Amino acid sequence: MKHTLSVLVENNPGALSRIAGLFSGRGFNIESLCVAPTLDPSLSHLTLVTTGDDFIIEQIIKQLNRLIDVYKVVDVSEGEFVEREMALIKVKAEDETRAEVLRMCDIFRCKVVDVSPKTYTIEVTGPESKLKAVIELLRPIGIKEIARTGTIAMVREKKTL
Amino acid sequence: MARLTGKEMVVEALKREGVEVIFGFPGGAIIDVYDTLHKDGTIKHVLVRHEQGATHAADGYARATGKVGVCLVTSGPGATNTVTGIATAYMDSVPMVVFTGQVPTGLIGNDAFQEVDIVGITRPCTKHNYLVKDVKDLPRILKEAFYIARSGRPGPVLVDLPKDVQNQEAEFEYPEKIKLRSYNPVIKPHAKQIERAYRMIEQSKRPILYVGGGVVISGAHKELKELAELINAPVAMTLMGLGGFPGTHPQSLGMLGMHGTYAANMTMANTDLIIAVGARFDDRVTGKIDAFAPMAKVIHIDIDPTSIQKNVKVDIPIVGDCKIALRKLVDVAKKEGRPKDVWKERLAPWWEQIRAWQERHPLAYKYDENVIKPQFVIEKLYELTKGKAIITTEVGQNQMWTAQFYKFDEPRTLLTSGGLGTMGYGFPAAIGAQIAFPDKLVIDVAGDGSIQMNIQEMATAMEQKLPVKIVILNNQFLGMVRQWQELFYERRYAATEFHVVPDFVKLAEAYGAKGFRATKPSEVEDTLKKGLETEGLVIMEFAIAREEGVFPMVPAGKATTEMLLV
Repeated sequence: MKHTLSVLVENNPGALSRIAGLFSGRGFNIESLCVAPTLDPSLSHLTLVTTGDDFIIEQIIKQLNRLIDVYKVVDVSEGEFVEREMALIKVKAEDETRAEVLRMCDIFRCKVVDVSPKTYTIEVTGPESKLKAVIELLRPIGIKEIARTGTIAMVREKKTL
Repeated sequence: MARLTGKEMVVEALKREGVEVIFGFPGGAIIDVYDTLHKDGTIKHVLVRHEQGATHAADGYARATGKVGVCLVTSGPGATNTVTGIATAYMDSVPMVVFTGQVPTGLIGNDAFQEVDIVGITRPCTKHNYLVKDVKDLPRILKEAFYIARSGRPGPVLVDLPKDVQNQEAEFEYPEKIKLRSYNPVIKPHAKQIERAYRMIEQSKRPILYVGGGVVISGAHKELKELAELINAPVAMTLMGLGGFPGTHPQSLGMLGMHGTYAANMTMANTDLIIAVGARFDDRVTGKIDAFAPMAKVIHIDIDPTSIQKNVKVDIPIVGDCKIALRKLVDVAKKEGRPKDVWKERLAPWWEQIRAWQERHPLAYKYDENVIKPQFVIEKLYELTKGKAIITTEVGQNQMWTAQFYKFDEPRTLLTSGGLGTMGYGFPAAIGAQIAFPDKLVIDVAGDGSIQMNIQEMATAMEQKLPVKIVILNNQFLGMVRQWQELFYERRYAATEFHVVPDFVKLAEAYGAKGFRATKPSEVEDTLKKGLETEGLVIMEFAIAREEGVFPMVPAGKATTEMLLV
């Protein structure tokens, strides 16, 4: 099962290495990892997508908490949450496909952020499933290069009735 | 507030933390701290002959006393030589602070002389570590290092000190107290969980107390004994748990696991309730995990949540300090007031079964009139010391025979590398223990293989005038590996036989110590007596039956009921 973990860590040198080392040393998977500062400059927010059964996920969360630099771990995928990832995709766009690529962009609400005589660079944002769909549709046209951010996620505010 | 240099801060912090002795080896990148220590003159320094020796000595000191062991070494090779000792302490939860010198901050990353990224190297084998880049951070880091090392589940902490930081000046205010928002070990267990645990114990007809090193570390031996005697449960110990419950107590089943007693393993296999206290269901204890205690419910008390539900499913997890948890459990049990004879009567059939297992296969070996059996040496050692010595061991057969045949009644009297299984641990650890307790009898039980892994510390022991006694069980083999080869590799003794072993008596003499040797069973007692009565550092060498094995034995990966017996 896929789990998305939100981890707040002390913004210390080596903190990321401790986390990455924990995963490799104990044989846990990392599907994607995304780190950025928070409003509090002393903390970094790390979003980590991993897989494993309940037993393993429990261990991962406990092991993360055991690291001295880790302040808080939340399994956001336990409840309702939003996740987003961004990708930049440089796709071949020559005479016969230029219009087709633009149509696709329109359907998926992507943005063209760079244009050259033979390529478009597209910015696409959404949950991982959307990125996957876009990539699959663009692949036959010819993807020259791709850069992805990895998933970031947030728990949904509790609905009030 | 005084302005101090980094090196002065280190020495000042050591004093404030109550450090009496440090173990170390100098070098260019730590020479400034050494100079300050020398000028200050209040902290004893033990100069070892190899940095690995320093870490094990600090570890032995820490295990024997419960205080934080401290090491001081230089950068590069000095630092890398500590890694085995740090990993040993990490696996067995030993509080330790290791200071390493580092090249000046401006040179870090330049492949400077004796530069190594020791913080990177030790990240997975320390509880936490620091590279001090700014002397202003040093007072806080020093305080945190000691706090982290000794609190919660203890462990080693490394502080890397670049040479320029050692000489820079800053305001020094040593924090009295410390609070880390990201580190708050749970000490007090949840009251509801304790209640639930008691209910489960009350229901059990075939309980077992499974006791690990956590009981020793938290000093929970009294509470454990009280609980065990109240509920009349049998007690099996891991290697690290030996001494946590008296080995001579009628309820003790001795050690369990790969080389545990038949009764302990059978009791574990047939129990309906495991009460695990400060133990972590290591593979050497569980054997084949699917076949481990198939009928058992599990109550697991441990200060480290990661230990719980790591290897086996747990019904009632209790996170907290073992001592406090057991105290609360005893309190609840007393309040509930089930009389002692009710407990006794309820478990009578269980005890009948256990006694039958004990009688069927007690710990045993075949005595031989012509050749010394190692078990016999340990038995005699136990008799002569009346079980009152601090025993350290190396790793392998010597360690297992000691665990089986020496009965440990008190906590912190067996110092042994359990988790990592580090050959060469025992002798330097004995040095550390002897420094802590100059008047106690400290004995290292060694094999001819492992003693040679840190034999250079003979010079340290002589220099410090330490009366450590070394018992070498010499079979001219790396005995435990040889045993595996005999049993599972059709006696192909690949690289386990020593064709050259030093004359240990002469070796002792070369260092200025005393050496005695026994080659016949009839000489064992006299040799031990002579050795134990002789003042100062002594080696007692015993030429033992070369192909003697450790039994019972659960082959790796087999169920613990599939024991090979004598």
